[in-house]
Amino acid sequence: MSDWVEACDAGDIDEEDVMRFDHGGRTFAIYRSPDDDYFATDGLCTHEKVHLADGLVMDDIIECPKHNGRFNYKTGAARGAPVCVNLRTYPVKVDAGKVLIQIG
Amino acid sequence: MARGMVIIGAGECGGRAALALRDLGYDGPVTLVGDEPHLPYERPPLSKDAMVDDLPAIKAIASDEILAGKSIRHIHSVQAKAIDRAAHTVRLSDGSVLTYDKLLLATGSTPRRLPMPGLGARCVYLRTFADALAIRAHLRPGNRIAIVGGGFIGLELAAAARKLGAEVTVIEAQRRILMRGVPAEIAEVIHGAHVAEGVNILCGEGISAIDDNGSRVRITLAGGLEVSADLAVIGIGAVPVTGLAAEASLTIDNGIAVDAKLHTSDPDIFAAGDCCSFPLAVYGGRRVRLEAWRNAQEQGALAARNMLGAGESHAAVPWFWSDQYGLSLQIAGLSDEGHSVVRRDLGDGAFILFHLAGDGRLVAASGVGPGNAVARDIRLAEMLIGKRAMPSPDALGSQTVKLKSLLAA
Repeated sequence: MSDWVEACDAGDIDEEDVMRFDHGGRTFAIYRSPDDDYFATDGLCTHEKVHLADGLVMDDIIECPKHNGRFNYKTGAARGAPVCVNLRTYPVKVDAGKVLIQIG
Repeated sequence: MARGMVIIGAGECGGRAALALRDLGYDGPVTLVGDEPHLPYERPPLSKDAMVDDLPAIKAIASDEILAGKSIRHIHSVQAKAIDRAAHTVRLSDGSVLTYDKLLLATGSTPRRLPMPGLGARCVYLRTFADALAIRAHLRPGNRIAIVGGGFIGLELAAAARKLGAEVTVIEAQRRILMRGVPAEIAEVIHGAHVAEGVNILCGEGISAIDDNGSRVRITLAGGLEVSADLAVIGIGAVPVTGLAAEASLTIDNGIAVDAKLHTSDPDIFAAGDCCSFPLAVYGGRRVRLEAWRNAQEQGALAARNMLGAGESHAAVPWFWSDQYGLSLQIAGLSDEGHSVVRRDLGDGAFILFHLAGDGRLVAASGVGPGNAVARDIRLAEMLIGKRAMPSPDALGSQTVKLKSLLAA
């Protein structure tokens, strides 16, 4: 369970923004919140498999770039039509300027 | 006892409204009536993925289990025949009668028919899943597909048909494709993509005759050219389904006329989605009718709130999208409200046009690019439009100024 993977430098993501990270055939979205914390979720929207890294981050919400499905990226909770399935989240830590995510 | 809520039309709009009524805590009867045999489903894939997937399937908005779990009664394969406003009842084609406290008309739109003689079995329209399957059966290498109308549906179909190896000719009566609602600069990019993929696009070509013998179609153009095809798909727009409302003497004005709260001329009857025209607050109450997925969804949810007495006015900015080949086009607002244009390049050939009104207010933004390259900025533009912002043209045009920073201004 302790398989922490280095995703990017902390400075690679702007505040209140998102970046794509691919690892081991899987794809993730890494977020930096307005209050400067980091989060990670599965990369693809649960509605139509569109990558969320092209979406817009506003406060705690990531919005799918295609159909405006919304999730709370801190908890993965779906926030209304057209999405109804929650997004999987992953533990994140910042260590020596690197963002690490724990891929279970 | 509550007579309950009745929704006529089980598409995106009606389906969303039914779900929203339950999400809002309404516990009376909810009945959703649709004339197709399917669960409520999303239509946008019909001209896109459903055309190229090996096993096309409907993308249901809610499963039978979800509808049952929410006690939403879904009556399918049945048409609503008549509304008795005084009695608060709707009579259905199977002879049954539903009573309502509030009624929502989400009857959608239907393809505009080509008003010509000569159309037969090989001239088809696309609206339903059944239509999509019938078209798909003809999309294969060597088959010739003629598409009448260079709008979104026709062009998305053209892209799908090329992907499956069919030969495609698009016939557009106007001088360019996407005349309605899409700026010329963006239509040019889409046009170029189709030509590069081998689509033959004929613009400025009226049709003088159609001869369909049941196994092939011959289309004679006004200029004399003849196009032969195994199938002709006609995509020349849609008309609102208003018959039921008109017979009930509700006001019709380019669709079922509703106010900003989606009331028809009868306070207990609402209309939403493609079938209605409504005052668009963001443009000073200009009456419009939108044929758009997101509008259907938003108005379905708004109608549900107002059926329960919320009294909320529609405030959304129109939003449309289209996918063709690897390109995605997104538009927020109605670009015909604009007087001047500022262009922002995003790299990789992606760009956004910002449409400004005479007073400098941002009224629309249209973008095109690979993948979802324009999505985030179009979304931000949509918020700026909603705020009636007057961003400086220099900031809009400069890649180094983040659009998000203009929201705070």
